[in-house]
Amino acid sequence: MNNTLATTDAVSASGATAKIRPFYWSVRRELWENRSLYVAPLIVAAVIVFGFMCTTVGLPERRRAVLLLNDPAQQRTAIEMPYDIAAMMIMFTAFIVGVFYCLDALYGERRDRSILFWKSLPVSDLTTVLSKITIPLVILPVISFAIILVTQFAIFLITSVVLVLHGVSPATTLAHTNLFQNSLILAYALVAVSLWHAPTYSWMLFVSSWVKRAAFLWAILPVIAIAFFEKIGFGTQYFYSMIRYRFASWASEAFALRLGPKGTPVLDSLSQLTPGRYLTTPGLWLGLLFAVACLAVAVRFRRSRGPV
Amino acid sequence: MTCIEAHGLRKVYQTTPALDGIDLRIEEGRILGLIGPNGAGKTTALNAILGLTPYEGQLKVLGREPWTAREELMREVCFIADVAVLPRWMRVADMLDYMAGVHPRFDRAKSVNFLAGTTIKRSSKVRELSKGMVAQLHLALVMAIDAKLLILDEPTLGLDILYRKQFYDSLLNDYFDATRTIVVTTHQVEEIQDVITDLMFIDQGRIVLESTMENFELRYVEAMVNPEALDAARALKPIHERPVFGRSVFLFENVDRNEIAALGETRRPSIADVFVAVMSKQSEAKR
Repeated sequence: MNNTLATTDAVSASGATAKIRPFYWSVRRELWENRSLYVAPLIVAAVIVFGFMCTTVGLPERRRAVLLLNDPAQQRTAIEMPYDIAAMMIMFTAFIVGVFYCLDALYGERRDRSILFWKSLPVSDLTTVLSKITIPLVILPVISFAIILVTQFAIFLITSVVLVLHGVSPATTLAHTNLFQNSLILAYALVAVSLWHAPTYSWMLFVSSWVKRAAFLWAILPVIAIAFFEKIGFGTQYFYSMIRYRFASWASEAFALRLGPKGTPVLDSLSQLTPGRYLTTPGLWLGLLFAVACLAVAVRFRRSRGPV
Repeated sequence: MTCIEAHGLRKVYQTTPALDGIDLRIEEGRILGLIGPNGAGKTTALNAILGLTPYEGQLKVLGREPWTAREELMREVCFIADVAVLPRWMRVADMLDYMAGVHPRFDRAKSVNFLAGTTIKRSSKVRELSKGMVAQLHLALVMAIDAKLLILDEPTLGLDILYRKQFYDSLLNDYFDATRTIVVTTHQVEEIQDVITDLMFIDQGRIVLESTMENFELRYVEAMVNPEALDAARALKPIHERPVFGRSVFLFENVDRNEIAALGETRRPSIADVFVAVMSKQSEAKR
């Protein structure tokens, strides 16, 4: 009798553990709670597509003018412009969404006291914090990638229809650009920028695990204060340069950008991707080290802090 | 088997001790009522047991140290803080999915079954439910967990009397058995008098009274004393005296029941009355 009971117990226990996936469900629950993670980029994408439709009025004429240019690089830049703008705007939106997500992730649950419910379940603080940082580092780039591709495809379709209606061949788009190659560049850029900003997101997550109110101010003001006091106290700007490097320099580390005729950086070849250099940039690894430190402290705070 | 065991449990916030060296031992299969005034240290004690706060001293819950092993402990411990802690944005159906996905001892079918007895819709979000329905939902989730220890911190706060009654009825009839242990704190002392098996009064971080309910009823007796017997009653050193409708009600501790019966009508005292008596004696002693 005891034996059978023990066996069935063991069987049901192992059957139960098989479908227990705390990390997976923690990530899903973040997506349930924060619908803005995909709604905001979708809205921006819709606005971009709508805005692009409004500019199609002169498109056939512009395309004819572009086709008359002699420099293929210029032709390519001109045709790709709406695609690049769409990609950059959606990536920027994802960054903003990610920052605000992180600022609220460990603060909101304390403010609405739901932390008491989450902590009544067998999910460790480490799993919780890792599932939250996964959102900006993995989920948002994946969402952005999908939305950017769909948006660019919509732009391509609209362009093609308009051109056909005005007697211009839509094949001119494909002849002068390489959309497949661009999506590879995009994927690389998304990975590079999310690793580059891992310390930014982790800092926000740390602030959100620590503050009792005004998470946004606590995340920003110390940074400004340090830069300010360094400037008036020592007359130097090391801290400011460090922050500026973080926000301005990921592209120049991840890509061998060259300047185009108008002085704007041009990125049109896979050979401009420099993952080797990027992965050996000290700034990347120092940033990741800082990110790990922030997350470790966030786990400790998650463990000891209660509702605010 | 011992469910909770503490020796010299202390917790100090800045300089004020919230728990001032508590020793306790709660056996499996008991329902303990933890009663105390605001700020007595009840919630701190529960937080220590749940691994939500660090502490000094020794504490073992189901053989584990809560602060270092919260995650493992929560497989066997359930916890309802008060009705306001369920995430308000979550749908009932998502909540069932989530629980089934993270909790190895959660029985989804059981939970659905409990919910079928309520008017809660699976598509509703928590914020759309009334306070009473949120309590029902939380109970339906918790009762579907095959846990060994259930901690209730003011579980019926803000609920109307129907939900409160129903809450304890479901808990006793559908959940509690000899292998489970329940610890409950509440200010609604009267509604747990017939639910709990053990009683603990705590004040200023110390245990001031600890008893099984059987001993409690043997130890304390209340008498409605006729005016002519007042002096005789006072001679027996009652621990509390209060006027009720022109007569006096005396509370006695450890006295001969026959002697008391001679003074007037005797009855079982409520926990609330004993609580008031013990607490006012405490504050007198301090003065």
